[in-house]
Amino acid sequence: MIRLQSLRKITQRRDTSLIILIVLLLAVVTMRAPGFVSADNIQRIVNDTSILVMVSLGQFFVILAGGIDLSVGSVIGLSGMAAAMTNQYYPGIPAVVVLLIGVGVGLVLGLINGVVVAYGKVPAIITTLGTLSIYRGLTFVLSKGQWVTAHEMTDSYMRLPHGNLFGISNLIWWGVLVSVLMFYFSGYTRRGREIYAIGGNKVAAKFVGVSEQKIYMIIFTLSGMLGGLAGVLWTSRYAAAVNETASGFELQTVAACVIGGVSIAGGSGAVPGVILGALFLGIINNALPVINLSPFYQLFIQGAIVLGAMLINTVSERRREQELLKGRQR
Amino acid sequence: MKNKLILVVMILSIVASGLIFAGGAQETAKEDENLRLVLLVKSLGNGFFEAVADGGQEAAKELGNVESIYQGPSASTAEGQIEIIETLIAQKVDGIAISANDRDALIPVTKKAMKAGIKIISFDSGISSGGRIIDLAPSDAELIGRQQIQLIAELTDYTGKVGVVSATSQATNQNEWISWMKEEIKKPEYSKMELVEVVYGDDASDKSYREAVGLMNKYPDLAGIISPTTIGILAAAKAIEDEGKKGQVQLTGLGLPSEMQQYIINGTCQQMALWNPVDLGYTSTYILKALVEGEVEGKPGDVIDCGRMGQVVVGEDGMSIMGTPFVFNAENIATYAAIF
Repeated sequence: MIRLQSLRKITQRRDTSLIILIVLLLAVVTMRAPGFVSADNIQRIVNDTSILVMVSLGQFFVILAGGIDLSVGSVIGLSGMAAAMTNQYYPGIPAVVVLLIGVGVGLVLGLINGVVVAYGKVPAIITTLGTLSIYRGLTFVLSKGQWVTAHEMTDSYMRLPHGNLFGISNLIWWGVLVSVLMFYFSGYTRRGREIYAIGGNKVAAKFVGVSEQKIYMIIFTLSGMLGGLAGVLWTSRYAAAVNETASGFELQTVAACVIGGVSIAGGSGAVPGVILGALFLGIINNALPVINLSPFYQLFIQGAIVLGAMLINTVSERRREQELLKGRQR
Repeated sequence: MKNKLILVVMILSIVASGLIFAGGAQETAKEDENLRLVLLVKSLGNGFFEAVADGGQEAAKELGNVESIYQGPSASTAEGQIEIIETLIAQKVDGIAISANDRDALIPVTKKAMKAGIKIISFDSGISSGGRIIDLAPSDAELIGRQQIQLIAELTDYTGKVGVVSATSQATNQNEWISWMKEEIKKPEYSKMELVEVVYGDDASDKSYREAVGLMNKYPDLAGIISPTTIGILAAAKAIEDEGKKGQVQLTGLGLPSEMQQYIINGTCQQMALWNPVDLGYTSTYILKALVEGEVEGKPGDVIDCGRMGQVVVGEDGMSIMGTPFVFNAENIATYAAIF
């Protein structure tokens, strides 16, 4: 019980240190680009980061269980293309149904990952490395290399992320909805706690009756569904379904998790951290274009900031753990 | 003795029949074999290059003895193209026309291909000299760059700040066009205009969109955006609409008619330019065929007959030019959107 409390304290402190980092980042950017912290721009950044938040939360559960899902970028691409093409060829189908179709496609793709990992016993990194190419390849096959663009989409489809409620864009609401659901799932459901158990100690978890296979099926399917939702919102937001949609995006989701304090070895991490990690990346992505900086330095700076943030996070956590140990020895 | 004689006769007849069959096989193969000419593009799934492939098919149909093959990596990297060229060398194709992802990285492998007797030309995005026989530019970099400034000037009444949303910072063609834009804007008629910044969207819809929004935030009085790349102009158009700056920020660039149709008709992007990619694949295939059949060697001054595109003259260093970019606007967009 004491251990549980101290663990909770660490995660809470970790979030605080990330919030401080975010504030620092915002301050530095504002010095170079005044107006970056305006209400308008903050809403723009959150809007822009919503998709990253959703997909990172899917990635979070997979990493939490000790796996990794490298296929999420391709899942977004394929489900986004499938939804956009459905909208193009059957404009009569309501946009919400098209959205469900996209989520359904993502679900199936995630299920395939899950089956291979859970029952084929293939390591997650290998499975999803394979499906990363397979799903991207299928996108090309499905679209025959053609794009779907604005004039081929219905207005209601394009309004999915663009409309707004109480002055806040639908896209943000989607992000909030997913965040709340995932927060509840991770902390307050039996399955959610079982994911922590599997990632923390697989053998022990099995002994207390947690089914490894069932958990793998759940996390990959969940990651796939969130990828599918993201795919629909991505193609409708940019009013373009291109074949390379979200290629390389999987790395951003992994980075968001790691910055947010999720252990890459599994077993620890929390939903609020992941959300903050994604926001941190989103701020960098949106700041780089406006802080008069040569584009040649941008990639370098982006990588350096991410690595720096992780270093600060892990070093400070190690210090806290040492202090905890010292306290116990006394 | 008799047995030995029979053995010798048998061996001789086997060898002879082998020779006859081999000869026969070779001859029929030659009769059947079309010239295999490859169009190797930057990446698959890009509408522009799909249209290039159509042009290759059209030329193949006209020429009769040509099989046009369309190839490209799934992501636009030089490594992907090198791999494909290695495979094509093994397959002993007759000629390859390449739109290069890197003007230098491909040279060793294309040299190897040329040593193996394969004719190599580059088109759209060139390979440095030594790595190809001819480089077919869709148009002159100078003409394209200058035209982009003319187009945005017409839209902005020759006044105001203009930004560029490019592809990647090391894209050969983009940088050349941009340097000519900077040259053109120095002319006195553009004295009230300023090219404030070049940003890079890396041909990804999310990054291009973000960069376009960034430009509009950084320069609240921005008058126009030039995006000489298909994904960039599409993302910029959406960004302008989403930011509510339609009419205030004008847009031009290089885009595919079918993809930009909506924005051209609704006025977000009133005019843009592009050469015809169909013509590019068509002309490349004609040039390759002339090289493979030995009609020309590709020396400066050589004239190559390119069917409906007329004649292409090989210039200094193998540089050749196909034509001037075509301007698309609300009047003609529907016709071209149906083609590519």
